[in-house]
Amino acid sequence: MTYLLPSLRLWLVTMLVCVVGYAALVYGLAQTFAPYRANASIIEVDGRAVGSELVAQDFTSAGYFWPRPSAADYDGMGAAGSNLSPTSQDLAARAAETVARYGATPDNPIPADLVAASGGGLDPHISLAGALYQAERVAEARGLPVGRVRDLVQDAAFAPGSIFAPEPIVNVLQLNLALDRLAQ
Amino acid sequence: MFTAILTVILIVGGTALLAWPLGKYMAALFSGRFAAADGIFTRAVGGAPAQDWKQYSLALIAFNALMFVFVFAMLALQHALPLNPDGQGPASLDLVFNTASSFTTNTNLQHYSGESTWSYLAQLGGLMWLQFVSAATGIAALAALARGIGEQASMGNFFLDLQRASFCVLLPLAIIVACFIALRGVPMTFDGAATVTTLEGAVQTIARGPAAAFVAIKQLGTNGGGFFGPNSTHPLENADFWTNCFQMVSLIIIPMACVWMFGRMIGRIKHAGVVFGVMAVLLLVKMTAAIGFETAPTQAFADLPVAQDVGNLEGKELRLGATTGPLWAVLTTSTSNGSVGAMHDSLNPLTGLVPMAGMWLNETFGGVGVGMINMFLYIMVAVFVAGMMVGRTPEYLGHRVEGREMRLAVLALISHPVLILGGTALFAATAWGAGTLNNAGAHGFSEILYEFSSAAANNGSGFEGLGDNTVPWNIATGLVMLIGRYLPIIVPLAIVGSLMAKRRSAESAGTLSVEGGTFGVMLFITILIFGALTFFPAAALGPVAEHLTLMR
Repeated sequence: MTYLLPSLRLWLVTMLVCVVGYAALVYGLAQTFAPYRANASIIEVDGRAVGSELVAQDFTSAGYFWPRPSAADYDGMGAAGSNLSPTSQDLAARAAETVARYGATPDNPIPADLVAASGGGLDPHISLAGALYQAERVAEARGLPVGRVRDLVQDAAFAPGSIFAPEPIVNVLQLNLALDRLAQ
Repeated sequence: MFTAILTVILIVGGTALLAWPLGKYMAALFSGRFAAADGIFTRAVGGAPAQDWKQYSLALIAFNALMFVFVFAMLALQHALPLNPDGQGPASLDLVFNTASSFTTNTNLQHYSGESTWSYLAQLGGLMWLQFVSAATGIAALAALARGIGEQASMGNFFLDLQRASFCVLLPLAIIVACFIALRGVPMTFDGAATVTTLEGAVQTIARGPAAAFVAIKQLGTNGGGFFGPNSTHPLENADFWTNCFQMVSLIIIPMACVWMFGRMIGRIKHAGVVFGVMAVLLLVKMTAAIGFETAPTQAFADLPVAQDVGNLEGKELRLGATTGPLWAVLTTSTSNGSVGAMHDSLNPLTGLVPMAGMWLNETFGGVGVGMINMFLYIMVAVFVAGMMVGRTPEYLGHRVEGREMRLAVLALISHPVLILGGTALFAATAWGAGTLNNAGAHGFSEILYEFSSAAANNGSGFEGLGDNTVPWNIATGLVMLIGRYLPIIVPLAIVGSLMAKRRSAESAGTLSVEGGTFGVMLFITILIFGALTFFPAAALGPVAEHLTLMR
């Protein structure tokens, strides 16, 4: 009893301040100052939601850039990594399928990020090298000059963490949206 | 390599600088320097009388029991409660037990994926609440310990300390971090999942929710439980390189500040400096090892036409940069956080050994409050061994360390390997563990070893390929988490209670100084021998065997 009553009062004040007050404050600020980001960065085209800027979606047709492999099959409700050891035979078999899909050869090896699945299976980016690797296929499927597609890729590339993470990457959905705009 | 060094300096060096003023502030707070706030907190709980170690421990246990019972009920009944826009159904009772234990003990081991298991009410009112108050419990315990070691007559009052930690340390920092990451893309909404039609015409449902608030306290309180299944590898939980930096800083800042808080409260800042130095050296060794091992390319791609020039990318996110995966793995297991920024199961074998070693030691900064408490146990052993070596009565800051204190310290320290190695042996030998593996051979053994290490260290990360949402796993790790939490909190309080009861002697020239390099080396060696060697055979069977047999 000595400890129960103070415990109950402690429950009440911490619940009011650290849950109700805190969540309401962060919610209010986020929804006021960054409503697009606070609602999961959903991109709309002509009033239709086509995806989240931050969440990978599957692309399979030759005329689009393809994202990294996903152990979750790009399921936005069930994100997951492969959790396979780098020494795993299953991983080698999965990688061989990806290599075959891209038609990579020893003379034209595929950049590793296009073969390795990401942590959450929803990585929205590929490396600049990974995008350039696909430029020829995309250009051919769309009947565009390769140079034009490469320029588009270069324009979309950015360093994610300035000098701390300088290797350039490309957002796949935004790149593909730019491709579609080019076609119009 | 250059960017790796730069990143480490930015994150770890920067945080070490920030930890100094924070530690000073926390020491002032817990020394009662903010009378107005203390007055409000005292009224809120109806009085805050001075407590001895037994009363303080009982208050701590009473409130923690309430935390467990309340959240157990909320999780079990979530389908009948409001704020459930995605219509999450009832969860199994063994999972509810495991999750309630996990978040009450500051572990945040997750045998589920948040976006497909819990309602928003369960996540915020249940789990996020525990992320505040379980972290505050650890900080409060450290404050009590420090008061006892210093010259104070009482250990303070638990109900007052818990509010100081929650409202004056965790809450303001959490507001800053939550707002920053929300502005950069971590969602904060009560709308249910978004449904979109992709460019190729498929329908994709995207889970979202009040993640920003959750993620901030997850990092700051060394909790680690993610809003989404894959934790901070999920782009909506960790949107870009800068949210990643902010989250890593949040992960270590309070554990670092706790060392300075302890030093100031006992009035021995130089002693805290030596302890901080020992922790920093261990951290540096682990960071160097993990980042180095992870530059080896993915072995499984070796025979394929794959251009690998940036190390192992399986389980990693490109926006977070090449080095932050292994760096995060070290920080999250050095502290008892357990969030992940890359999939630990897919780390190279020897890289995966580093986080395990971090959890075995569990005091290179460690969990908020409890990391320094774990270090206190090692300090007791180091002081005792040093005293025995020179043939003098061992003393710690004028307190005579005798048989009773040593028995208690060793009991707390030895419980850690017993829980980990005993549990691993049982599950590796039976279908309870062997039937739940995602990888074959030595790596499968590592999955079991990692899970028990994580539970006993109250860490919460995992080799997540393990199919751990089973009745045996839920019950076993639930129990291990509870023992691994409360034994190493209560026993040190009992030790200090025992020290307080004795008359303090003046420190003479013959006493081993705890403020110099000799003591630092002594402490370092004690940690290595006591902490690391115990686990060497298990490490040899898991990651080392995998590396030697399968890496070329």
